[in-house]
Amino acid sequence: MRKGDVCHTTPMRRDIGLRQRYRAEMRFRAYGITAISIGMFFLGVLLWSVFSKGYSAFWQTSLTLNIRFDAAIIDPKNIRDHDSQVLFTANYPLLVRNALAEKLGVPSDDHLALHEVSHMFSSSVRVQLRDLVLGHPQLIGGIQKVTFLASADIDSAFKKQINLAGSETRRKISNRQIEWMHRLSADGSLHRAFNTGLFTLTASNRPETSGLGVALVGSLYMMLIVLVLSLPIGVAAAVYLEEYTHKNRFTDLVEVNINNLASVPSIVFGLLGLAVFVNFFGLPRSTSIVGGLVLTLMTLPTIIIATRSALRAVPPSIRSAALGIGASKTQTVFHHVLPLAVPGIMTGTIIGLAHALGETAPLLLIGMVAFVANYPITPMDPATALPVQIYMWANEAERAFVERTSGAIIVLLVFLILMNIASIVLRRRFERRW
Amino acid sequence: MNPRLKIKMCGSNVKVFYAQKEILHGIHLDIPENRVTALIGPSGCGKSTFLRCLNRMNDTIEGARVTGQILLDEEDIYDPSVDVVELRSRVGMVFQKPNPFPKSIYENVAYGPRIHGLAKSRVDLDEIIEQSLLKAGLFHEVKDRLHDAGTSLSGGQQQRLCIARAIAVRPEVILMDEPCSALDPIATARIEELIDDLRRNYTITIVTHSMQQAARVSQFTAMFHMGNLVEVGTTKTIFTSPGEQRTQDYITGRFG
Ligand SMILES: Nc1ncnc2c1ncn2[C@@H]1O[C@H](COP(=O)(O)OP(=O)(O)O)[C@@H](O)[C@H]1O
Ligand SMILES: [Mg+2]
Repeated sequence: MRKGDVCHTTPMRRDIGLRQRYRAEMRFRAYGITAISIGMFFLGVLLWSVFSKGYSAFWQTSLTLNIRFDAAIIDPKNIRDHDSQVLFTANYPLLVRNALAEKLGVPSDDHLALHEVSHMFSSSVRVQLRDLVLGHPQLIGGIQKVTFLASADIDSAFKKQINLAGSETRRKISNRQIEWMHRLSADGSLHRAFNTGLFTLTASNRPETSGLGVALVGSLYMMLIVLVLSLPIGVAAAVYLEEYTHKNRFTDLVEVNINNLASVPSIVFGLLGLAVFVNFFGLPRSTSIVGGLVLTLMTLPTIIIATRSALRAVPPSIRSAALGIGASKTQTVFHHVLPLAVPGIMTGTIIGLAHALGETAPLLLIGMVAFVANYPITPMDPATALPVQIYMWANEAERAFVERTSGAIIVLLVFLILMNIASIVLRRRFERRW
Repeated sequence: MNPRLKIKMCGSNVKVFYAQKEILHGIHLDIPENRVTALIGPSGCGKSTFLRCLNRMNDTIEGARVTGQILLDEEDIYDPSVDVVELRSRVGMVFQKPNPFPKSIYENVAYGPRIHGLAKSRVDLDEIIEQSLLKAGLFHEVKDRLHDAGTSLSGGQQQRLCIARAIAVRPEVILMDEPCSALDPIATARIEELIDDLRRNYTITIVTHSMQQAARVSQFTAMFHMGNLVEVGTTKTIFTSPGEQRTQDYITGRFG
């Protein structure tokens, strides 16, 4: 073909509004990024404020001292062989005070100074030393190295949470105590240790001896009750509604009611639980069984809705395939449809449980906001729950409770994050294509 | 129709309603044993609907209602005494889109025999599976990976797996609803060969959109139009000298 045979003309470029379209896209991206940034900012502020206040709750100031178990103080009349009561009522804090005073060189007639010394350590030493002596009576008369908690004020001061520079009269800790604190810290008697008590101790009016033990056990019991009840009931209800009923006025009514139930405020469930489980069935107040039942009612709609949508997401071709080779309805559901819906059901269940774990209002109504000093042995014993414990500590004024409140929030958040990660992992792991 | 042929299934005055709307207007159709009967006709004329009547898959569609009579070996399949599970084990179905279970190839084929208790032992079951895959022309391609997912096969292989799954239940009739519409020409050719082989042991009814396919695989052809059976006869007659103008127009591609 020779040059010039073909006529090269560039066709006119049409204006099809490309520029506006790109601009609209850019604009929309900008909106999206702004929205996400705002969300992330507030999340960051929330996490920062909780963690900055709460991380110190995981450390507790402790003292390690050689303590002389002076028989003259524990059992002055030497009657312990026939009256063991004396070991229960002995003045154990005095042993600690004497040991500390000796270490600090405080003369035994300076009563004011001795008084300040005894405010350096937690009064929980009474129980701690009593249990030690009851377990090992041979300690009496000897010397033993013991680690015990510092008082909440020393703890706050040592963590630099109270301003030590200002006037002595305006703070709870004297200059002399500060000086002692530094001396003890210099020789290693006063130190920071991981605060296992935060997880194991129970309710107490002294911050350094209060912990989440009861709340953790209570929450665990309630989660188990919710799981054991709402998973089978919810799945059975959803399978029935989705696979076995024909659409009619009755199922419409049930459907509307389940959706309504899911949006009922949680406090209403609390009132319902109080009326039904406590007043009508006579279950004991403040117990994890009642809390678990109330939370089950709240979680059921979530699980039913999640299960139904998981069942609906199973392609109809799978059902036809099974029915087409002569599987019965029940075989089709249980051999094929339900197994394929399991990841969706599990995700829904975990999200429901996470909601239940963080729920506070209904538990307040059924009296789980109680001062529980003993571990609940069964779900029928009084207990509290993690969020309720946070609520109770948040109402305390002392500085050491503020840090514990944030510490408890961190514990709760860690549980919730773990549960959400679990649901994401499950979804990824079992995601199927067909 | 050839009087020596045994009639395997026989529909008389079959009407289907979807929520009061009449879709099929009284179909009379005989399906001869060990032959392939093709159902042809334009989209939406009710071929699939009729096919689903033959194994009562319409029962699973909400709001569907079937009247009239369909006999399988002289027995009315809509009679209350007939169990639909048993019926479907005698009348198998292969669907338009390959739909293997998201399980292994082995499990896909084993499922039917297992729920119907057809295998006495593990060896028995292995035998059924091998035979079914052989008949479906798939065995040699998958014998080394029976435990791979059925969904990992190609589209044509998946469809043959579905045929093997249907065969494994040892049905008497196999219904196929456009089994090749999602497949490429080579896979289609394999399935067509397969259908021809299967005819010896099974009665086959196939819905197809392709006139060539109907001509290649079937011995009898039924032409549907707007919920009516226009005409039925040997495939040869229908394609060479149809009695109805509508059939003539459809197979020559003037509508549909
Ligand atoms: N589940 C259903 N509900 C209501 N109408 C349906 C349903 N399935 C099919 N139909 C209608 O029935 C008619 C026949 O459909 P079908 O048998 O699928 O036709 P085809 O011959 O293309 O296979 C169509 O008009 C279709 O819209
Ligand atoms: Mg169709």
